[in-house]
Amino acid sequence: MTRTGRLATAVWAAFLLAAIVIVAFARYTTDLSAFLPRSPTPTQRLLVDQLREGIASRLILVGIEGADPAERARISMAMARQLRGDAKFMAVSNGEAVGVDKDREVLFNHRYLLSETVTPERFTAEGLRDSIQETLDLLASPVGMLAKSLLPRDPTGEMLQIIDQLGSERQPPSSDGVWASRDGKRALLVAQTRAAGSDTDGQEAAVAAVRAAFDVATRATCTGARNEATANVCGEVGAGGAATEASSATAGAGGVATEASSATAGARGAATEASSAAAGAGSAATETSSTAAGARGAATETSSAAAGARGAATEASGTAAGASGTAAGASGARAALSLEMSGPGVFSVAARANIKQQVATLSVVSTLLITLMLLWVYRSGRALVLGLIPVASGALAGISAVALGFGSVHGITLGFGVTLIGESVDYSIYLFIQSQQRNATLWSTIRLGVLTSVVGFMSLLPSGFPGLQQLGLFSISGLIVAALVTRYVLPHLMPPNLTIADVTPLGAAVAAGIQRVRMPTTLLLVVPIAAALVLYTHRGSVWNHEISALSPVSASDQALDAMLRSDIGAPDVSYLVVVSGPSQEAVLHAAEAVNPALNTLVEEKVISGFETPARYLPSLEAQRARQTSIPKPEDLQGNLVRALQGLPLQIGRLEPFLHDIDSARTQPLLTRKDLDGTSLATGVDALLLSDGARWSALLPLRVPTTVAIDIARVHSAVSKVALGSGVETVVLDVKGEIDKLYSSYLTEVVRLSLAGFAGIVVLLGFFLRSAGRTARVVAPLALAVLTVTAGLVLLGQQLTILHLIGMLLIVAVGSNYALFFDRSSHEGSATLTLASLVVANTATVLGFGVLAFSSVPVLSALGSTVAPGAFLALVFSALLAGGGDTPRAMAA
Amino acid sequence: MNRLLAVVAVLLMGAADVPDLDRVMGALAQRKEGHVSFTEKKFIAMLDTPVVSSGELLYNAPDRLEKRTLLPKPEDLVLQGGIVTAQRGKRHYTLDLKQYPQVLPFIESIRATLAGDRAALQRIFKVDFTGSFERWSLDLVPLDTKLAKTVSMIHIEGATDFIHTVEIREADGDRSLMTISPDVGQ
Repeated sequence: MTRTGRLATAVWAAFLLAAIVIVAFARYTTDLSAFLPRSPTPTQRLLVDQLREGIASRLILVGIEGADPAERARISMAMARQLRGDAKFMAVSNGEAVGVDKDREVLFNHRYLLSETVTPERFTAEGLRDSIQETLDLLASPVGMLAKSLLPRDPTGEMLQIIDQLGSERQPPSSDGVWASRDGKRALLVAQTRAAGSDTDGQEAAVAAVRAAFDVATRATCTGARNEATANVCGEVGAGGAATEASSATAGAGGVATEASSATAGARGAATEASSAAAGAGSAATETSSTAAGARGAATETSSAAAGARGAATEASGTAAGASGTAAGASGARAALSLEMSGPGVFSVAARANIKQQVATLSVVSTLLITLMLLWVYRSGRALVLGLIPVASGALAGISAVALGFGSVHGITLGFGVTLIGESVDYSIYLFIQSQQRNATLWSTIRLGVLTSVVGFMSLLPSGFPGLQQLGLFSISGLIVAALVTRYVLPHLMPPNLTIADVTPLGAAVAAGIQRVRMPTTLLLVVPIAAALVLYTHRGSVWNHEISALSPVSASDQALDAMLRSDIGAPDVSYLVVVSGPSQEAVLHAAEAVNPALNTLVEEKVISGFETPARYLPSLEAQRARQTSIPKPEDLQGNLVRALQGLPLQIGRLEPFLHDIDSARTQPLLTRKDLDGTSLATGVDALLLSDGARWSALLPLRVPTTVAIDIARVHSAVSKVALGSGVETVVLDVKGEIDKLYSSYLTEVVRLSLAGFAGIVVLLGFFLRSAGRTARVVAPLALAVLTVTAGLVLLGQQLTILHLIGMLLIVAVGSNYALFFDRSSHEGSATLTLASLVVANTATVLGFGVLAFSSVPVLSALGSTVAPGAFLALVFSALLAGGGDTPRAMAA
Repeated sequence: MNRLLAVVAVLLMGAADVPDLDRVMGALAQRKEGHVSFTEKKFIAMLDTPVVSSGELLYNAPDRLEKRTLLPKPEDLVLQGGIVTAQRGKRHYTLDLKQYPQVLPFIESIRATLAGDRAALQRIFKVDFTGSFERWSLDLVPLDTKLAKTVSMIHIEGATDFIHTVEIREADGDRSLMTISPDVGQ
């Protein structure tokens, strides 16, 4: 080996070592939000950050199907019992009245701080008379009968008032004592994990615990009384069995938004995570509403169980629940029990597993295919191994670059890395095959090819998608290193007598083929015209404007999530009022200030309802105001005596009331800490967020189902509310924000792609020094892009941002081949060149083609665009070049 | 078969006049609908005077019962298929009886009697029949001990196929007495 050879090899070895170390210690993530645009504004970022760790990210929705309602209820209760004892879960709700005591206790003990009707007027003689009379009237009704026991302590009915305030939320219908879906076919549970949504390992443990609880519960069914009824139910119970897991990556339709855990891209317009905190907020809101619903539900339950109350009502969404339950029970055949889970944690766990599996499979398959092909072509194992050296170097370089540049490497980037195998192996192919002929311009052509590819991938770097940035950096570093290694190291590593199979026959066959298909350049105009026609006729449905198209969650999983969410009664939240301020108190106070405006909107039927954290945790100011409404004992006594005149109630009976209300005058105000251990805490935590510096209160709006919401009125109503300094309110139209964001990113990507394309053209023009030559190189690429686009549209595939990127890559990658044809038309080509092109192209197509079958949309979109595109680039280059040349020029 | 049942019933219910209970239940079952007015007095230990309410009761076989209270405050309570819906002023409440078993006896006692649904009554209560077809009374004691802690007995008096009074005695001493007057309208 020459000195330069030794130097080059030494540098390369050192570089390899460094790269291996970096790769070994790099962090690998499967954070799916990397492939959604970053949230641009601070508010959105705050919300999304909160949602990573917050309540919304910790919910697992569980559905139990099969058997009959009674059996499902039993399993639901058994599972809930087991999970409540598991430290991994903070709360498990399934409709059972568990933990109601604590809820009831907290509500009752703070009723004079919580009830909105506590005002100074309430405790005047007239006020007392009115409220007590109302309570007495209620006693006449069966509805209020259960409130009898409260009378001595709460004659003014504050507890009932609170229930009313809280209980306006829909609860899931009940069947056999547990929550069930509207059609009665499913029992429902909501489990809140201790692990944050971003903690995928913790979520995985939680999901496993739920599954284990289900298995234990169903085993009990089956090992228990063995009779006809259970026989067919137990048939398929057990690990895997009929269980459907909400597998594969994220995206709760209902909006499970947590950056780390899942990208949401629900069809139902809730969050796409990073895309917009608005989205995140929406999903969080949906989630929070479901937890809020749960909280309220529990509150309702407790009061009714305990005090009964005016509100003991669960608004049954459909009396069908009960009816269908019995109907199902009556039917003969019973399906096997199955478990379904959904939620951010579930999705992220599935996503991680899926991506890992995909990366492994794709790498193995594509390496195998390419290796086999090369073996067949080279007929030399040694050549194959040598040929793969630049590939390995490039891959290592790519991974280390991303690890150094981004701090962690995303799984999808690794998946995309398989394309690098297909592309970087090209260089060694050229080297081996074309080294058999003297080829002075080989390296200049390859260099230009590398440069165009680099320019193409460079346009990914400034994009707002962190994941795409990684892909760009990975490919750039990988390609450059692979080319450099092939150029400077590989020749020194090659044994001088390296022989590979003679591919001249292949080259000759291809040349002959091209001759036969030779067509005048003008005929090729048919292609762009046909493509334009196709695009025009489909112009309405070409672009997919949903951000959900980018999410790796399968449609079936999104549907499952949507179904579970609607069952559990999580309202479809697409509108939020966000109140942000410098402190919790400021924010709660502002939320209370907004309350009347929103109530007016409800009365005017602009919205059908709303949620607010101030219901669970009033601001200190409001609590203090209520406290001071309570008159001094002697005054109260006097008023009470006057109020009770004519009422059949003796003041002596109300001693407990006087005692309670007096202590309420000086009791410590209710804080978040006091709510610990109650379901109210869940409600507050879901709606009240903080990033340390700034607090935000989320007020999800419930929209009327029959008419479209008049968001302008909401805006004007909210903006008219006078707020303190440093506090602001925003009305978020979640879906609208997402769409706007998506459009803006689409525009950005279009611009970047065009810039990349322009860069490539300029580069080519600079090096080829002739407009005509440049045009001849670019033309087949443009044709390839048009054909692929039209083809995808014809196949019914809606295009997304990723397809757009793929088109750019067609130009970047395809230019490598077009350049060789350009060169050949000027210097005469060898059949060997043709052969090497065909082999190299096949390798590239295999590399990208494997991606096309991936279940991850990011990868499949890129693969299905670039693979055919690269192939077509070769074909069109051949046709265009062949069209203008004489047969002699084509011969060796 | 009927005779066997009768014998068994006699053995189980002791001195109850079984055939008459059957006749009463049968007659009640024949009435597919009813529209009557009621006055209800609730004697609550805490209050000096009973709470009085009045209104109308509408019944449609087999499981729809509507209680339209007019005084003191208007309220509409509908029991249909195991679900109770109440409307009081601006507020609506819905109660699934399956979830609130403690409310069940109050409501089922009246409904099952009106429907002549002896089986339903006997599912929840121990049924004691005294009197004759022309003038009878039913004493219902909840079978469930937990329920018995709230309701100690429900006493229904009637004549032939008409219910005159329903008295609910609660375990804590309170009781309610509903007096039903003959059909309002047709």
